[in-house]
Amino acid sequence: MAGNNGGKRGLRVVGKPFVKVDAKAKCIGELKYADDLFLPRMLHTKLLRSTVPHARIISIDVSKAKAYPGVHAALTGADLPPITYGALPVSEDEYPLAIGKVRMVGDPVAAIAAVDEDVATEALDLIDVQYEPLPVVTSIQDAYSMPEPRIHEYGELGNIHRRQVYEFGSVEAGFAEADHVREDITFYEGSTHLALEQHASLAQFSHDGKLTLWTSTQDMHYLHRHLAKVLEMPASHIRVIATPNGGGFGGKCDPFNHEIVVCKLAMVTGRPVKICLTREEVFYCHRGRHPVLMSTKTGYKKDGSITAMHHRTILDGGAYGGHGVASTFYTGILQPTTYTLPNYRFEAVRVFTNKAPCGPKRGHGTPQPRWAQEIQMDKIADHLGLDPAEIRKQHAIAPNSITANWIRIGTLSLRQCIDKVVAGSGWKDKFRKLPHGKGIGIACSAYMTGTQTPIYYNKLPHSGVQLKLDRSGGVCVFCGSAEIGQGSDSILAYIVAEVLGIDPFDIRVVTGDTDLTPVDLGSYSSRVTLMTGNAAIEAAERVRHMLREAVSAKLEVPGERLSFADRRVFDSQNPDKGVSFVDAVCLAEEKYGTLGTTGSYKPPAAPGKYKGSTIGPSPAFSCTAAIAEVEVHPETGIVVVPRVWIAHDIGQAINPVLAVGQIEGCVYMGLGEALMEEMTYRGNRNLVHKFPSFLEYKSPTTLEMCDVITYLVEEPDANGPFGAKEVGQGPQLPVPPAIANAIYDAVGVRVDEIPLTPDKVLKAIRAKAKGQEGRYGPSVFPTCPMPPAMVVPTPFQGGDGKALEREPAVSKK
Amino acid sequence: MKPLGKNGRKKLEKVHIRLRVNGEETEVAFAPHKTLLEVLREDLRLTGTKHGCELGECGCCAVLVDGRPVLSCLALGVAMEGHEITTVEGMAVGTELHPLQQTFAELGAAQCGYCTPGILLTAKALLETNSRPSRDEIKEALAGNLCRCTGYIKILEAVELAAARMAGGQAEPAKETIYGWE
Amino acid sequence: MMADNGPDAMFVAGGTDLYPNMKRRQQTPKVVIGLTHVNELRTAKGQPKDGVVLGANVTLSEVTNDPRIRDAYPAVARAAELISTPLLRNMGSIGGNLLLDTRCNYYDQNYEWRKAIHFCMKKDGEICWVAPSSPRCWAVQSSDCAPVMVAIGARVKLVSTSGERMITAAELYNDDGIRHLNKRPDELLTEIHLPPVNGWRATYWKLRRRGSFDFPVLGVAVWLKLSKDGTVEDSKIILGGVGSHPIQAITAERMIAGKKLTEELIRDAAQAAYQPAKPLDNTDFAMTWRKEMARFYVAGTLRELAAQN
Repeated sequence: MAGNNGGKRGLRVVGKPFVKVDAKAKCIGELKYADDLFLPRMLHTKLLRSTVPHARIISIDVSKAKAYPGVHAALTGADLPPITYGALPVSEDEYPLAIGKVRMVGDPVAAIAAVDEDVATEALDLIDVQYEPLPVVTSIQDAYSMPEPRIHEYGELGNIHRRQVYEFGSVEAGFAEADHVREDITFYEGSTHLALEQHASLAQFSHDGKLTLWTSTQDMHYLHRHLAKVLEMPASHIRVIATPNGGGFGGKCDPFNHEIVVCKLAMVTGRPVKICLTREEVFYCHRGRHPVLMSTKTGYKKDGSITAMHHRTILDGGAYGGHGVASTFYTGILQPTTYTLPNYRFEAVRVFTNKAPCGPKRGHGTPQPRWAQEIQMDKIADHLGLDPAEIRKQHAIAPNSITANWIRIGTLSLRQCIDKVVAGSGWKDKFRKLPHGKGIGIACSAYMTGTQTPIYYNKLPHSGVQLKLDRSGGVCVFCGSAEIGQGSDSILAYIVAEVLGIDPFDIRVVTGDTDLTPVDLGSYSSRVTLMTGNAAIEAAERVRHMLREAVSAKLEVPGERLSFADRRVFDSQNPDKGVSFVDAVCLAEEKYGTLGTTGSYKPPAAPGKYKGSTIGPSPAFSCTAAIAEVEVHPETGIVVVPRVWIAHDIGQAINPVLAVGQIEGCVYMGLGEALMEEMTYRGNRNLVHKFPSFLEYKSPTTLEMCDVITYLVEEPDANGPFGAKEVGQGPQLPVPPAIANAIYDAVGVRVDEIPLTPDKVLKAIRAKAKGQEGRYGPSVFPTCPMPPAMVVPTPFQGGDGKALEREPAVSKK
Repeated sequence: MKPLGKNGRKKLEKVHIRLRVNGEETEVAFAPHKTLLEVLREDLRLTGTKHGCELGECGCCAVLVDGRPVLSCLALGVAMEGHEITTVEGMAVGTELHPLQQTFAELGAAQCGYCTPGILLTAKALLETNSRPSRDEIKEALAGNLCRCTGYIKILEAVELAAARMAGGQAEPAKETIYGWE
Repeated sequence: MMADNGPDAMFVAGGTDLYPNMKRRQQTPKVVIGLTHVNELRTAKGQPKDGVVLGANVTLSEVTNDPRIRDAYPAVARAAELISTPLLRNMGSIGGNLLLDTRCNYYDQNYEWRKAIHFCMKKDGEICWVAPSSPRCWAVQSSDCAPVMVAIGARVKLVSTSGERMITAAELYNDDGIRHLNKRPDELLTEIHLPPVNGWRATYWKLRRRGSFDFPVLGVAVWLKLSKDGTVEDSKIILGGVGSHPIQAITAERMIAGKKLTEELIRDAAQAAYQPAKPLDNTDFAMTWRKEMARFYVAGTLRELAAQN
């Protein structure tokens, strides 16, 4: 395994709770986030946003605003090249400022740069925009029934953005084999990241023609490419600096219109230009959890084993593509990674609506299908009279297997995770035994550690690290990753310190700067620790090799006998014989000249060969089991979650206290989505967001947060640095279904719709009391014409990873 | 604070006042409608104080005024003359971190770090009136400070650890806090 | 100053209600007159047996922490400590809370948002969007202290250059989302007079999504005078957060008058009390559920007070 010198023994840094490299700067208020930056002569930007959800723009008049004292520039879409951009190459459908039409309330139409925010805001009032309203697409139902007017000219069918149909094996054969088949229709409401930091950006254009952008972005590299494209500048003349993110959760992954606009304004005015979005504007940026309606039809045997699943999803995508096509895949593609599933059919549809665009939020597209499957597993266990913990354990996917859809799983200690939470929670004494109103529920999940393919096709490394050392003994790590609070800067320091036998404090970390740091694809899909970690190990091992050669010559000790620890390089057979790390670096500099190494990482190829098989595979899969305890008030339907037990297979914790913190954060976010968070709109009132504010978009406070009992299960994976797998996203997945399952244990009703608000719970309780089905949730799953499935024989059928037919499941743009 | 009316606001003369921030007297001139948050960040460049909404709905901007935690986004700068203001930059003494700053760093209670200044100051005020608060008392005191990263748990543990250390103990975090449960 | 500036001026104490509204351009005074330095408004005077007088600028934290209030007026302390967050309660004043602007999901939005719905009746527009055919505004009374003050029979002092007047808390409020206060703009609320404590009891229950931050979507304040054998001599059942003013549940009050609070009577009274609640779709939570909860909350408050014997 990469970086690991003979197992866990002897690790000095990895696995220890070292303080994060930026922790103290954060605690003394010294760390500079994007809005903390001030440059001389800096101007401030405000965007005029659409007040209509769908309309043609007849005219925009900025002349009065331009003339307003203190205003330095006013831009409209006409001032920028008519070039679209967007997170995925297949759906580049955004303009920095609207051209021709607006597609949602909040679309930017014009921009002002002025001496301060107040003047800029006043100038916005002087801009006159004439709109010709168009019919509004408010929902999935609208999108299905209203092919015209189209929100975008591209897409598959009217306002249907994307359709995907895959069949792995034969679900009909699987259903025929089953003892029972059941279908459940469920809904998972959209929610948003709500990072505390509002997006902010500062652009500076130098008089020699180079552009610098400081911005709160998770994915600096992709942004860099989009800036070059839209501004029609060579990327080499653009420098993007990812400032520390005050929270990301996926909300700062897309390239954003305001980032491009401040660049253009800096180029137009010759002065630095800053923007900081208001909280309301952050709701318009969104890119959060898609609302997804799901139908999950599953065949199962008496022992609870699954013979086939036909899983259908419809995503309400909002006004733009963004990462939506990937999100659409993710609502189905990881379904076979948790329990053995021999036959699987997956149909997904994403529609456009005139709302803020959805995209990647923690778990990207997978919490919704995980919710659907895990509440269905609970119903299956209930129907068969089996223990839902046992049934999951019995049918958990085997480590080192390949799924029906050709995803290779490495280590996966799901059974051990289940054992941990079952024992810790006292499950066997509680399940179906607690008094009425109290309940306990379980759910599980698996999640990828980075994606096998980058967002745009290329064969380049996913992550690069450079190390610089000199005679001072100082080690500097350069990497293009973005620190969003997860500790990615610290992971680099820990890993390099481990390999070189020095202290993390000895290392300086430089990240997130396209001029200074080698490319890393960004902080998304739980890829950072694994990919930057492996690149850092490669770079550090190359340095270690140079130091070893130089010290070996000096001490006349064979290189393989030299150890690196405690800031020394020494003879492992005679530890007194050695040199300090600083001296070792000097010897190497003498021998090799100026010292520097690089390391890079590219994930291994996946076994699937069908079109679309590149989405889903990952170098390593984590897995999680969670048990939630709930109290349900039978007269109000109010649900309180006092406690969650959660066990997560992380492979190897690089830093346990940070890993535990990530798991607690995942439980928190899962709890918020389960109980209260929802992005909702006024369909009959110009489709405005119902409450774009911190006050009315409800997120849990200290008083709603539950206790969390965390278990780290460490089953190192050969593909991870020191065996490490992800921890930032996967642990969120089982939390909402565990809570829903616990509600059933408490009061005997099923709420098949997130969030589990008290009105829904109470309706189900009342229905049950009247002798009706004790359930609240959707009962209709609308259909639209679907293309023929891409049929792929499974590994169990002796397939070769290729599709049977040539018919495209995914039609071209 | 944003402009008041649709037709703009008459440009007001700047006020010139003396503020006492982090124990130091400072003179500053600013437009009279500016909030304390804006004066701290824009005029004094004390950017440690953050903002998440500027409407009093998140707690990021909390600072201490005469020792009490308040929302600097809803306080006017002009109303602060004669009051003692403490920001996160004023918590450490010389090079010595406040025990809360130390424990927040140790336990990873600052993930993205953006809510951290407001929470540190609110917790500092709590510990000054209640030196050994219970878990529930800490939750109550911090119920006006949103955090999206941590689920609050490491924050609560860090406040408890700091309280124990400030009481004179050589307190160390529980093993489960650092490594999870066995 | 108020006399000089007329309707373009507003008084401000803590600013926690007015300043966010100004930032969103819901309220657009040209002049705001700060009161934080008026020391006589910052004190609480008197003893519970004669009644306590709260200066309007006493902060919500101070109300909560005043031992006289905690011990003798627990419903007042409870209502104050359930408001928003600890940070806000260090700034917000008791007077400001009683004068809190009515709230509505169509109104508590910034200028551009409101422009997208062509504004509403309460500010810059014509229509009340929560009830478009309605001739009136249905913004919601959202103060936690208001229903309590109405229930216990507190009185408030209003002062202007033309003199001063005392009115009951109930008289302060109007059933209208726009003209929700019976107070002229030039009048300053200076004092809240809590009645003498002489055997009555009161409580306040608040419904909201989270344990902090949130305004009430239902607040039930109940005041009872019970005889020694537990017979209801007098009562007030006031519902907050479900209309534009604190709503008195008169039918329920009459139903329990002269009777002992048996479980059956409590259920009947709760059934009667929830009927005047008029929650609409302009706050958090589903409106039908909020109305349902009025029944549960009234029963709960009555049970709590009956059990204090």
